[in-house]
Parts: sequence; structure tokens; C-alpha cells
Amino acid sequence: MSGPSNYNPQNPALKWVERRLPIGGLIHSSFVAYPTPRNLNYWWTFGAILSMMLGVQIITGVILAMHYTPHVDFAFKSVELIVRDVNYGWLLRYLHSNGASMFFIAVYIHMFRGLYYGSYKEPREVLWILGVIIYLLMMATGFMGYVLPWGQMSFWGATVITNLFSAIPYFGESIVTLLWGGYSVGNPTLNRFFSLHYLLPFVIAGVVVLHIWALHVAGQNNPAGVEPKTEKDVVPFTPYATLKDAFGMTCFLLFFAWFLFYIPNYLGDPDNYIPANPAVTPAHIVPEWYYLPFYAILRSIPNKLAGVIAMFSAIIVLAFLPWLDSARTRSSKYRPLAKQFFWIFVAVCFGLGWLGAKPAEGIYVVAGRVLTFCYFAYFLIVLPILSRIEKARPLPNSIAEDVLRKTGKTPVSAMIALAVGGMLMLGAADNARAAEGAPQPPSLKWSFAGPLGKFDQGQLQRGLKVYKEVCASCHGLSFVAFRNLADPGGPGYSAAQAAAFASEYKVKDGPDDKGDMFERNGRPADYFQSPFPNEQAARASNGGAYPPDLSLIAKARGYERGFPQFIFDAFTQFQEKGPNYIDALLQGYEEKPPAGFDLPEGSHYNKYFPGHAIKMPNPLSDGQVTFDDGAPATVQQYAKDVAAFLMWTAEPHLEARKRLGLQVMLFLIVLSGLLYFTKKKVWADAH
Amino acid sequence: MNPDASTIAAGAPIEVDIAPIATGQDIKVFWRGKPIYIMNRTKKQIDEARAVPTASLPDPQSDQSRVKEGHDQWLVVIGICTHLGCIPIAHEGNYDGFFCPCHGSQYDSSGRIRSGPAPLNLPVPPYAFLTDTKIKIG
Repeated sequence: MSGPSNYNPQNPALKWVERRLPIGGLIHSSFVAYPTPRNLNYWWTFGAILSMMLGVQIITGVILAMHYTPHVDFAFKSVELIVRDVNYGWLLRYLHSNGASMFFIAVYIHMFRGLYYGSYKEPREVLWILGVIIYLLMMATGFMGYVLPWGQMSFWGATVITNLFSAIPYFGESIVTLLWGGYSVGNPTLNRFFSLHYLLPFVIAGVVVLHIWALHVAGQNNPAGVEPKTEKDVVPFTPYATLKDAFGMTCFLLFFAWFLFYIPNYLGDPDNYIPANPAVTPAHIVPEWYYLPFYAILRSIPNKLAGVIAMFSAIIVLAFLPWLDSARTRSSKYRPLAKQFFWIFVAVCFGLGWLGAKPAEGIYVVAGRVLTFCYFAYFLIVLPILSRIEKARPLPNSIAEDVLRKTGKTPVSAMIALAVGGMLMLGAADNARAAEGAPQPPSLKWSFAGPLGKFDQGQLQRGLKVYKEVCASCHGLSFVAFRNLADPGGPGYSAAQAAAFASEYKVKDGPDDKGDMFERNGRPADYFQSPFPNEQAARASNGGAYPPDLSLIAKARGYERGFPQFIFDAFTQFQEKGPNYIDALLQGYEEKPPAGFDLPEGSHYNKYFPGHAIKMPNPLSDGQVTFDDGAPATVQQYAKDVAAFLMWTAEPHLEARKRLGLQVMLFLIVLSGLLYFTKKKVWADAH
Repeated sequence: MNPDASTIAAGAPIEVDIAPIATGQDIKVFWRGKPIYIMNRTKKQIDEARAVPTASLPDPQSDQSRVKEGHDQWLVVIGICTHLGCIPIAHEGNYDGFFCPCHGSQYDSSGRIRSGPAPLNLPVPPYAFLTDTKIKIG
């Protein structure tokens, strides 16, 4: 590779290895002595951050794969069992799901950095194209990974995206059948997606090696866009860049930890906590946020094939960037016109992302078409024209000169702009799940909210009683086992009490030695039983409607919080949409629907139910359940307590998660502080 | 990597008893993993479908060509929107046909696309009448 190879180990063992496989020399020349421009800013730490995230995803993914079952009948449950029963399974799962989002945040920043500073220009064209390939592989991996939990969004997202390929003339249908492995998205599809999802990250790792190799041949770009000329322009990678990268990685981990421990479902879709149902299409099919801009482009074009071509072209066009933008000046710092158009482009990307989550109607369609045009115009019209007509500002003579005349402009403002833009985009995804015309449920105070939130054991026990005496006649709770009642962070029963609770239930078991099934008393290892043997029986007994299993209902329901509330929610760690909705729904029945509302036969009017016509009659009435601890026997009390209980059934490890979160955040804050001051000390002589 | 033998076998034809479906009602059955609507159309629905000039349709097809002769009230279509694959809802929309909630495509009482982004009519699967009250799909 490149870099001065002055590695000379003294240790005889190392000398022995070095003569046979010069890995030590390679690492030394690539990551220790490697000459790095001394004027790099923090936007350059994202390469290291991305490598770290790839490592995180692979490690958590391999461990998750030890417990996951890639079969349509078991996938959803296996993921829930990982979260509930595997030691720190909840941490692994949330690391992997939030890690994917973090991976994409980092890659978009990394790509925008490349666009702004002209890192794709000669002689780094191949480096850039390898990056585009990595990005494509990431998108494929992310898509297949999202299918694996086999929730409603997994299944329907897979249906929509695999159907895209049918637009290809002649081969389209065959390609789709090959992707599906059958006649529709089904078990063969899930199995092969699992296989490929396991494979692709290692392909990504291979291309990353090529990417870093290509980088080391040309050397890093830098904010001035002026190549290093003398020794004064560069510093050895270690300790200078290593420390800066370490500090950058720690700050990123802090950001990651905030989502991971405190708002792990903020970036996800509640519909994916509903097991996949091929017969029911969710009202709003929305991909994960990192695909939203391309989804908007796809839907902008009214023709099916043209839409698919436009969507893929939006990514492929990136590969041609070195030739579309032939301006000699690399860095937008010295290209005032290009700089302005860059920021407009960033706004266009956020706008497309926001639109991707909106329904494809009315003004959103028009806006989508305008922004799609702007997106392509930036690459195909603006940049080529600017290369010809723009007069760049004078460049510094060297990197050393650039460092000396530091303008002091921090990238903080840019970070904030990006962050705000990102949040607005996410808010749109939130809106996509908006209830049709249903008002926002009131925001209640919950004991488990916030960084130090804990479940109120008395409340959980009361909620369990409400479930058992009222809800259990129609609703199952099949992910909760009786032993969970004695788990830490739960209702706080002793193991003996949980066993006694279990023994009140009759459970089917068998076959016995005669081959017959028999009934026995429940044991702690048994799960709460569903009142109906299957979905069809449930529907038949309930006027065609299926009473959903309640284990995950508190995470499977959401509503629009509106702008700018959803931005504040990320900071206040608001994760209580589900319990707010449940509480409101249970108290939201109205005897008489409002004038003009057509209530179908057999349905009941509920203020908070999307569409307002719910099949479930009002289940609660005052005095229905008496509590041992003297709490009031009112509907309001029942609704609150059962909602809290259902939050526990959905997130049994909530308390452990927040507790570990506090420890990790404190650790990372201290570590980042230490790294910052170490970095400052080491760089003191270089600045 | 094409569908294996068991998948193909599971896709063998099925027989459906359509006697219980009253006029104006429809049922949904699954064949090869796809939902299939079997609709017992009212006279009004049939007349509305036949009154439309075929040439004016985005995907021109006469109603007669989409049903079996002598069994005109029975509409059998694959309930997958030809846009991006969601399941349209029966008896919804402006044409008393199907409405797809995903992107708003509307199909008429013959399952033909009338408005919205879907390019083609709802496909008619291969089927045949074994008796007046039983059909074989596939």
C-alpha cells in the first residue's frame, strides 16, 4: 500500500512473523505512520465511525442469528423470545435495529461530506464508485434485514419492493418469482433473504477493504481540496487522527446510546410489532426512514417502469459524479455558487424524505415531482454548468497555510441544520401513521416515562387483575409466561406466587403414553393462553373482527404528535404513545355517534379508534373489578392500570434498559471528555 | 432458486363451494398465497360494468371477457393491486368495485382499473365451473 514503511520490530517473535506475513508493517504504514493532512475537520471521522458501525452490526447480527428462526411461523416469535429471554437479548436486538439507522445516518453524512469537498474528483473516482457500491449493498442488506422480523411492515414492504422488479420488461416476472421462491412473498422468500442478509455484510466488508486501499493510494482529501505538498502539510495517522477518530466515535456512540437506551422505537414503525398477515394490508406502507427519499422519487413518476428506473437512477447517478462535475476546484469552500446549490440539494433530499412518508395524494404528488426534478437537475444540469462557468475563489497555497489562516468557522451550525432537517423528515414518517380524523389521545403521566422511569408494581398488579377479569375472555397474551410475573422490573410477585397464579389455569399438554392430549394445571414455564384456538374462531365469535393479542399492543399502536412536538419527543424520551392510546380508547366510547356519522351495524362509536367504528363493545364499567389495595374501582383507574400493565408486557426489560443506559451514558460522557482533552494535548503542537 | 417442488405442489388447484355467497356478497380465498375475490354481483353491478365503453378504459377489456358465459354474476379476480401489490378492499370506491388504500387506485365492479396509478385490471386467475355452485381455481 502507501505510506512510509519504516516498521522495524525489535521483538524477536514479531520479527519472525513479519518476515513471513508482513501484517505488522502493513498496519504500521496504513494506520500509524500514514501521512494524514493536518487540516482535516470532524467530518472526516465518519469513515472510522462507519467501520465501527459495520463491526457492531456484524457482531450483533451473528449473535442474533444464533437465536433467530427464519420460518414464517416462528420468525416473529423468535425475535420476541430474543428480546425477552436471551441474556441481554433486548440490548442485542435494539443495538442491531438502531445500529442500522445509525449506520445510515453516518453514511449519509459521509456522502454529503464527499459531495461538499469534492472527494470524488480525480484521482479519487474509483474510491467514490466503490463507495456507491457499498451504499447499494447497504441498502439491499437493510431491506432484507427489515423483512426478517416478519411483522406487518416487513411483509408488506417486501411485497411492494419485490413487485417493483416486475416492471422490468420481458424478464420482470421471472425475476420476481426468483426473488420470491414461490408465487408470493412467503416462507421461501424469508429463508433466502436471511441467507443473503447474513452474506452481504461480509461482501460489504470486502468492498470496504478495497475502499480503504483506494483511499490510501490517493491519500485523503482535505477541507481545502489542496493536495499535500510537503512534510509540513501532514501528520502521522497515529496519534493524531487516531485520537480524533476515537473522540468522534465516542460522540457518535453517545448519540447512538441515546436512541438505543431511551427511545429505541422512535425510528421504527409500530406496525412492525404486529405479526405479518398476508390478508390485511396496513393503511400506510412506509419504508424505513433511510429509504424515504427514493420512495418519494419512485412514486413521483406515474408510470410503473419509469418510476423504478427513476428510483435506481437516483443512486446510479452518484457514480457518474466525477464526470458530471469536472470543475478543477475540489472544495466547495472555494466555490461560492456550488456551495449554495449544495445546501439547496441537501434541502431537496430532506424534502424528498419528508414526502416519502406522506400519502401519494394532492399537493404531495406535485411537490414530489418538483423535488425529483430538482434532485436530478443538481447532478445533470447544475454541476456540469457550474464546472464551466464558475470562477472559484483563490485557493490556499498549501495545507499548512490553510491551517494557519483558520477561519474558525465550526461545523456545529451545519450539524444542527442537518439534525433539524433529519428530525423534520422523521416527523413525516410519524404523520404517515396518523389516525384518520381521530383526535390525539391526551398525554398522561406514566411512572415508567423518562430516563429514571420505573414501573409501579402496585399498578402492574392491578392492571394484571383487570386483564385477567375483563380482557382475557377475548384477548390473548401469548408472549408472556407466568414466570415473567416474578421477573425483576415487573409486577414483583415472588416465584411461589407466580407458580400459584399459573396453577389456577388449565393447560393442554401431551400426547401422553396412550397418544392422547390431556389437561393439566399451569406451571411457571407456561404462557398465558389465548381464549380462542385460532384467528378464524376468534373472528367467528366477535362479529368478524379479531381481538388482537395484547402482549405487544402498547408498542404496536401510535399516533401523530404533530410538528414540532415530535422533535421535542426525541429529547424528552417520549415513548408512551401506546399507553396513552390504550387509556384513551378504553375511555373513549360514546353512546351516540355525532350527527351525520354512519355507524355500521354491530359496531360501536369510539372517539380515539381510527375510523371511529370499533367492533369491541365498551369493556369497562365502574365497580367491575375490586382492587385489594383500595385503589378506586373506576373505569379511569382500570384504563390507566391496564395500559401500564400492557406497557410492561410489551417492554418487560424497560427498567434494566434505562438503568444500563444511565451507566453507559455516564461512561461515554467521561470517556469523550478524556479523549477530547487528550486530543487537544496531542494536537497542541500541530495546530 | 426457482420455486421448489413442495411450493409448486401447494399451488395445486383448489375447489371452492360458492353456494353460500348471496347476491351482493363476496368472499376471499387463498390460492398460491394470493387472495382471490369471488364476488356474486348484483344486476346493478353487472349493468354498470357493461355500460362502460371498453375503449375508454385504461386497460381495455370487456366485462364479458372477464367472466364465464352463463355465470355472468360471478366475478373471480386476484385481489392484488396491479400497482405495488396491496390488497384492494371490496365494495369500496366510486365504481362499487374495489379500492386500494395504499395509493388510491380504484377498480370497477368488473375489477377493471378506472382511476389511480395501477396500470392493469385485476387479473383473472384460471378457473372453471365444475357445477353451478362449485368452481375450481387453478
